[in-house]
Amino acid sequence: MANSLKCDLCGKPATVHLTQIVNSKVHKVDLCEGCAQAKGVTDPSGFSLADLLLKASLNPEQPANVVRCEQCGATQADFKKLGRFGCPACYEAFKEIVEPMLGNMHKGTVHVGKVPQRALERKSLYDRLTHLQGELDEAIKTERYEDAARFRDEIHQVKQTFGEKTLS
Amino acid sequence: MKIAPLFEAQAEPTDAAASKCAIVLTTRVRLARNLSGQPFPGWAKEAQRSAMLSESMAAVAGLPQMKKGLSLTVEELSELEKQILVERHLISRELSTAKRGAGVVISRDQSTSVMINEEDHLRIQVMRAGFQLKKVWNVINTIDSEIEDKLDYAFSPTLGYLTACPTNLGTGMRGSAMMHLPALVISSQMEKVVRAVNQLGMAVRGLFGEGSDASGSIFQISNQTTLGEAEEEIIKRLSSVLNTIIEHELNARTKLLESDSNKLFDKIGRAFGILQNGQLLTSAEVMNLLSLVRLGVDLGVFAEARRPVIDRLFIEAQPGHIQYAAHGAFESAQRDRLRAQFLRAEFAKFGPPDFNVTGKN
Repeated sequence: MANSLKCDLCGKPATVHLTQIVNSKVHKVDLCEGCAQAKGVTDPSGFSLADLLLKASLNPEQPANVVRCEQCGATQADFKKLGRFGCPACYEAFKEIVEPMLGNMHKGTVHVGKVPQRALERKSLYDRLTHLQGELDEAIKTERYEDAARFRDEIHQVKQTFGEKTLS
Repeated sequence: MKIAPLFEAQAEPTDAAASKCAIVLTTRVRLARNLSGQPFPGWAKEAQRSAMLSESMAAVAGLPQMKKGLSLTVEELSELEKQILVERHLISRELSTAKRGAGVVISRDQSTSVMINEEDHLRIQVMRAGFQLKKVWNVINTIDSEIEDKLDYAFSPTLGYLTACPTNLGTGMRGSAMMHLPALVISSQMEKVVRAVNQLGMAVRGLFGEGSDASGSIFQISNQTTLGEAEEEIIKRLSSVLNTIIEHELNARTKLLESDSNKLFDKIGRAFGILQNGQLLTSAEVMNLLSLVRLGVDLGVFAEARRPVIDRLFIEAQPGHIQYAAHGAFESAQRDRLRAQFLRAEFAKFGPPDFNVTGKN
């Protein structure tokens, strides 16, 4: 047979060849007739190559070594099965499979939009407070009272800023 | 009924003033947001979901925009109530089938709704009648910042807002417009348009989103990509695609009038006749009939003031609304009778058509 292309989803000989340009990147898929119909490729409304590529790249082929998100316990296999992550930390845990996907799926791979400014400020103040509290406890334990007084003042200062932020 | 207040207030989905842009029925923007350090709703245990629901619901319901709004959990809603909320586009189908520990907060005018524990912890949505993408973005941006004051969002400086599905990553934003494109459908150009729009990275869906058909020639156009581009840029790009589609629709209308105005006016006249006199009407048929009458309004066959009536009927002719109006659960055949009865009453006071128009399009 001249046509040696195989279906990207099931491996049968491919008869449907699809090219879609998303954000000036060319995406190609080869599908057998069955998969093409099942995926709604023949129905132009509601068909998105990006979704298909996502699902295709999620198709379990090689049993990868089990990577688990430490925060929520989800594994790569869970993601492949559900198409959704377990928690925000999964993005870090499964970095290696997510990053190659993003280029196909989106216009870029780095966020350039809105930043939750107020939440980030609040978080950095909170982190600073926790850090200072630890230093203070440590100073008291080791009887470094001058240091302790300094930490206490700093904590007071941070708390004041923190209070203003949350009140405003 | 928990949702009874929705029918008492003036509402954006059903009572909005006649919009200047007849082709875009409504514009909507939604933002996907998640709580930092918490499992996504689909992965969370029921107890975790319930805790997140009460925390988020309290934060959202306390917003000034939600004053006198409704806070509802899925457990306390009947199937019919959920169906009505879906028909009004206030909740998604996914939320209507969600497990325990999910809910929604809806503003009094129903222009804003925040779904809690759908696919993401928060799905904020703002909707306006007409073509108002920029304005809707400004409104939702403000609401989002106010929620951010109360809840810690999961955010990464490089990947943006972290979402359960990586297709929403980054801005977490989907802007969309509900467009009425009867002339493109009649002249069989829709397939071509869908292909072109897809190639520009925009999705075309039916009236009720993913997997629904385009009854009533109503299509939902939205951005597909969310990462690597700022919100304003996405809005701008989407707006220009929408403007191009509007142009094509207007051209198609002009062509239909030039080549076949009798045939077009015949379709509109028959649609009106059936709505006035039909005895059994399915919702799919009604959507198509209403679509033709709406085209008639645009062409000057019916008074301009009738357009909002049609837009309201698009929603009120849906199965859930028909049953709500008739105070009971009815089989589909009975619904068709009730629907026809309801529409006969509406169209008895609609005013006669005037076909002596020379395409005021």
